[in-house]
Amino acid sequence: MSIPFNLSKTPIYDHCFSTDRRNVAISQDNDVQIFNLSNPQKPQLITTLKHHDKPITALDISNDGKIVTCSQDRNALVWTPQADGSYKETLVLLRINRAATCVKWCPNGTKFAVGSSARVISVCYFEQENDWWISKHIKKPIKSTILSLDWHENNVLLTAGSTDGHLRVFSTFVKGIDSKPESTIWGERLPFSTLCLDVNLNSWIEDVKFSPDFQFVAGVGHDSSVFIVYPGSGELEISKLDKVKTSNLPFTSLIFANNSKIVCAGYDCHPIVFEGDAVNGWKQTYSIDDPTKKTANVVENQSALNMFRQMDLKGSSQPKSNNLLTIHQNTITSLRPFQYDSTGLIRFSSSGNDGKVVIFDV
Amino acid sequence: MSQSLKPYLTAVRHSLNSALCLQDFSSQLVERHNYPEIENKRTPEILLNPLYISRNESERVLIEPSINSIRVSLKIKQSDEIEEILVDKFTRFLTKRAENFLILRRVPIEGYDISFLLTNYHQEVMMKQKLVDFIIEFMEDVDKEISEMKLFLNARARFVAEAYLNVFD
Repeated sequence: MSIPFNLSKTPIYDHCFSTDRRNVAISQDNDVQIFNLSNPQKPQLITTLKHHDKPITALDISNDGKIVTCSQDRNALVWTPQADGSYKETLVLLRINRAATCVKWCPNGTKFAVGSSARVISVCYFEQENDWWISKHIKKPIKSTILSLDWHENNVLLTAGSTDGHLRVFSTFVKGIDSKPESTIWGERLPFSTLCLDVNLNSWIEDVKFSPDFQFVAGVGHDSSVFIVYPGSGELEISKLDKVKTSNLPFTSLIFANNSKIVCAGYDCHPIVFEGDAVNGWKQTYSIDDPTKKTANVVENQSALNMFRQMDLKGSSQPKSNNLLTIHQNTITSLRPFQYDSTGLIRFSSSGNDGKVVIFDV
Repeated sequence: MSQSLKPYLTAVRHSLNSALCLQDFSSQLVERHNYPEIENKRTPEILLNPLYISRNESERVLIEPSINSIRVSLKIKQSDEIEEILVDKFTRFLTKRAENFLILRRVPIEGYDISFLLTNYHQEVMMKQKLVDFIIEFMEDVDKEISEMKLFLNARARFVAEAYLNVFD
């Protein structure tokens, strides 16, 4: 079962559900719109957040309800919910001079990271004495635009994919904000901007995610492949790199359903599932909302009037349907987890350039 | 459709389909700008390899993809001087009205007769398969159009010649 919501006439670059799964925030050109979806038949617009003057590229909601948005106007804003249901915006001092492209809250909500076309990642945290969000930059060795970010559960490690084809893992340890993290497979001593993993995958990395057990990372590239990278014991060492090539169009987004299952979606307009593990390798197993299993409904024995009308309007008598067989009618831009149970993810949501948000079952 | 046209158009269709995977991408070089990267070509890592599909020496397509735009350039068959003139007039007619065609480029790439520029904004508001259909249909029809015009021109020339030469009978 999948539940589609037609929320917008313009593309949705990113969307995020609130933690109670009742509200969804979508980016719509220069604004953010927040909808209440508790009645699936009738999405209700709650509020519109206006401040940016260029398209919003990404947004994220923290556990305590704060929304962070970033835009091509080089700014990021934190929207704090107020008692009367409105939002108060706070400008973030990103100190970047190109577009901000992606943003993610860290799991405990004290920091967030903003990737940008200025070839830096800004790690932002709240400074109490001045009452604003300030940032520290990770500059080296990033050579190009950051397309995607994801946090480790310890709130220190951050993975990033960029258009120079590199998938990297950085430390974002900020003194006074973070407690000293325990040593993990990614490294032991982690001062700010330590490079923990760097692998060149030779294609734009559209999305990266840590696995649910935080032992490896997965990414999707513009060469239609899915990459799974296992770190080694030594410094910057890779113990295994799995590359799953597919015959699909490239993917733009991925999420982990559990440690052995990845859901990817992108220019093919429907999600595709990959399964595997470190020992046996990974492979493509099935598609969700598979267009090959559906048939176009062709209107037979149409009336003569209808036929001549078609010929007059379109120059052909065949009433060919313009729609794709999938639910999404255009590229899927982002996937987000929606609902978990004891076995892992059971439902996820997707947003697309067709202005739809859809909730799928895994 | 002739024997060799079909595989040619199929190859172009598949190449266009895979090249049209575009996303919004603002400039890395100029602050607050967002332009088709393929027109500027100053950021090498976000350009993909150009693709060249050729049916014969006089008919070819060049597809230049990048992260947020692709450029498709066509070379239309011109076997004699009349066809050269006709193609020139025909493409001039179209490119002068480029803004009405949305994806048409005002000036073709050097060595080609007509160019299309598709950006991520076109892909967001139009259906991708229809965009591809449009270009394929254009390629299919343009040959037909040119040869029809040539026949018409020849018929008219014959008629005019007969009309004038009759006087001296």
